[in-house]
Amino acid sequence: MMHTTHDDNRITKERRDLFLRRQSIIEMRARQRAQAILDPGSFRELLGPFDRMESPWLPLEGIVPESDDGVIVARGQLGGWPAVIMAIEGAFQGGGMGEVSASKIAGALGLARRDCESGNPILPVLLLETGGVRLQEANLGEAVVAEIHAEIIALRRQIPVIGVLTGMVGCFGGMSITAGLCSYLVVLPQARLELNGPEVIEQEAGIDEFDASDKHLIWSLMGGEQRYETGFADALIEDDASVLRQTLQTLAARGRPARHRSENVEEYRRRLATIDPAAPPDGPGLRHIWPKGETQ
Amino acid sequence: METLNFEYEAKGSLTRRAHVGVVGSGDLEVLIEPSGKPTAEVRVRTSVDGYTQVWKDVLDRFFARFGRAAKVEINDFGATPGTVTLRLEQAAEEVQ
Amino acid sequence: MSATTPLSSRGRIWFQALADNAQPVNTGLESVVVADASWGGERVRLLAIVPDPQNRFPRARHGELGLEEGWTLAHHVREAIAADRSGTKRPIIAIVDVQSQAYGRIEALLGIHLSLAAAADAYATARMAGHPVVALIVGTALSGGLLAHGDQAHRLLALDDPQVVIQAMRKQSAARVTRRTVEELDELGKTIIPMAYDIRQFAKLGLLHELITGVDADAPSAAQIARVKERLAAAIADIRKNPGDLTSRLNNPDAKVHRAASIEVRRRLAEQWEV
Repeated sequence: MMHTTHDDNRITKERRDLFLRRQSIIEMRARQRAQAILDPGSFRELLGPFDRMESPWLPLEGIVPESDDGVIVARGQLGGWPAVIMAIEGAFQGGGMGEVSASKIAGALGLARRDCESGNPILPVLLLETGGVRLQEANLGEAVVAEIHAEIIALRRQIPVIGVLTGMVGCFGGMSITAGLCSYLVVLPQARLELNGPEVIEQEAGIDEFDASDKHLIWSLMGGEQRYETGFADALIEDDASVLRQTLQTLAARGRPARHRSENVEEYRRRLATIDPAAPPDGPGLRHIWPKGETQ
Repeated sequence: METLNFEYEAKGSLTRRAHVGVVGSGDLEVLIEPSGKPTAEVRVRTSVDGYTQVWKDVLDRFFARFGRAAKVEINDFGATPGTVTLRLEQAAEEVQ
Repeated sequence: MSATTPLSSRGRIWFQALADNAQPVNTGLESVVVADASWGGERVRLLAIVPDPQNRFPRARHGELGLEEGWTLAHHVREAIAADRSGTKRPIIAIVDVQSQAYGRIEALLGIHLSLAAAADAYATARMAGHPVVALIVGTALSGGLLAHGDQAHRLLALDDPQVVIQAMRKQSAARVTRRTVEELDELGKTIIPMAYDIRQFAKLGLLHELITGVDADAPSAAQIARVKERLAAAIADIRKNPGDLTSRLNNPDAKVHRAASIEVRRRLAEQWEV
């Protein structure tokens, strides 16, 4: 029989207090997430709502625009480090990337690179809550997503580019490629990361192969924990803003990885060659053969 | 998408500006700043057509209480009148 | 058609035309073709994705960019970068005719997003290392397929042909997702240029270096092939004079008209960057 000691009571109370003070990131809007990440008082938004940098295309299609086109760019400090947060608002048009929203990200990455190159490091953090390209802007969304990719590949030579996937929108389409290019990826269990949205996979491959209403299946293939356990993400954290802040600082302190996972070509070719598509592993099975921590 | 414009007499001025909300399903964003005029003016862009009278009622009630010379911009994606009122009041609280 | 005849496609037709009897590189995949052509004495690496009905991944049998295709493209681009490290950087040409990315359960499980990222990464790395990188769009260039194979080039060129389509999604799927009819999408594309499926509309966006006209995309004559080669060589020479990066897609007259917002965002961000 265990006797509860005075120390046990204290530890339990501390844990309970920590839990109650926990700030859920998932419940926050993009702007709040950026504010929660940056050191208090250091948040300064660029091209905010009153700059009214809206989509020039949505009103032409009878769709109500948002004053910030669904992306928040904010400079500030993270643990004393100069940082720039680019946070996608998933509630606006599913976080779809349009000409303006994608250009805010590409432009901020380009300016961060200019500063890093002239000896003023700025840590870039991307909060990716997005269905991919905004179909109402199609080719312009796509073109600027390509510019985001180019900027990340260049910038990550100077400083780690850190992506954060929380949910509940997930990270799909061309922006999943963006996540794949990041130096480090932080995920919550609720996150999803995949090139193709579940409905599209079901449509193209058939419901027998992929049932988009099967949430267990979806998270077993592309959920945050699965991606972390199979080496596609670098940190799996609970839904707590202060844990995220700490994790970002820890990753930033590591500096650039010696090799990015998108550069690990021979390893991934080797791994794929040993998989038989006629008898593939399932989600749990893959964790045994592609363990985490060995992909960079 | 419908664009509606309203104007109100103002009983006081404003010095601050505020932004609340998100243009998400069933929600709206409100931008509020000094109008620089003796009147208040509102522009509503809404995804749901045909509710001009409902917007007028909501805004009449809001400005009867608020009364400042504000320039208000609303981008609405199908919010209920209750949600609209809530967002307007949140914005008003931030500028007063 | 016998089981061993490779399935024809625009990608294969143009790869073979431009490779001009050069020995193909062994990629280990029927769906990825690579060759180092000799153009006027200069070595040029050509890469294309082609249909492979026997592909061991069933969802990548019709010219889709699948798991192995992405990593294999990355390998062969990086091979050229490594080989040319202390010499002339050979031009790298992505011949683009990609149905789309591959869609399937194992694609999702095994990280197709990273496979495509690896291909984009390799092309961008080649570009930054000083290789002139050019994309020649001869057929479909949809969504993830183009982002991985072509979009990181210095310059994009396309054939002026009704079956040359650059878009974010197949028309039928896009109609379904945006809850419109195909006819409504076509109508929208007439005034909202980024939504158009017509390559001539696309050309107005300022993203294409050149739209090559007067070429039979399915059965080009020897003269037409020679002209396309010449236009590619001209693009390569232009890159060698002004390499730059993807911002050349912003600094042209078409972009100033049809991508004014892209330019304005960057300008205003720069203004607001410092306090």
